[in-house]
Amino acid sequence: MTSDSPADAKPPSLDWNDPAILALRRDMLKFAHLQLRDEGAAEDAVQEALIAAMRHRDGFAGRSALKTWVFAILRNKIIDHLRKHAREIPASDLARRGDDEGPDIEQLFEQDGHWTTQDKPHTWADPESALSQKQFWAVFDACVNHLPANTARVFMMREFLDLGTEEICQELAITSANCWVMLHRARTALRRCLENNWFGGAPKPC
Amino acid sequence: MLNCRQATQLCSEERDRPLSLRERVALRLHTLICDSCANFRRQMDFLALAARRFREGRRPDGDDE
Repeated sequence: MTSDSPADAKPPSLDWNDPAILALRRDMLKFAHLQLRDEGAAEDAVQEALIAAMRHRDGFAGRSALKTWVFAILRNKIIDHLRKHAREIPASDLARRGDDEGPDIEQLFEQDGHWTTQDKPHTWADPESALSQKQFWAVFDACVNHLPANTARVFMMREFLDLGTEEICQELAITSANCWVMLHRARTALRRCLENNWFGGAPKPC
Repeated sequence: MLNCRQATQLCSEERDRPLSLRERVALRLHTLICDSCANFRRQMDFLALAARRFREGRRPDGDDE
């Protein structure tokens, strides 16, 4: 139950049908769904974050501040959810190689550890300008979705939720070394996917 | 001397832990002579930047076609 503080009696003033709020909600769902891979859990996390944001709505100044702030709240809701459910993932599943891991990192390199000709990273032309293009983000989402589930989970905990590797290791009961290997694998696969599907147009041979 | 596979592992790990002096020097030397790994390293920076934008909700809005 809620506290009896008079501040709580203030009627909520966020307009749920405001197109800006609808867009915000959609972006939040995308963020949550990518990480929780469960529609119900994603909806819950977004709902809880929005309610928490509304309850403390004096804490933000403008729309962009609202967005950053609501995402910070959402991030915490997702972390809570992952903590509650981390134990349900058998550690052996996480540490296992092969299976759903997709093309192995080893295949990108020759025997001597040098890049194979077709997998050499090329120069990306003006990558930062991609960040303001919606199509780029669609490709980015698709690339993250194509990561093997366990690799994606570790990557998202590190990069989207900004957790340290120590904490990730603890939550998932894996070693640091294992964590670093999985992050390397995730970043390498993501880089490759973005190069093939977005930055590939760059006509420069290496 | 690092090979590319080892160099890319360090490019990733430097985002997660402080590298030792020896590792930093080895990676610097490698990326000076290897364009592919230099590209890889810059792209790791870019991935981190993209992830931060996402994390902060700073992607382009859906309604500005």
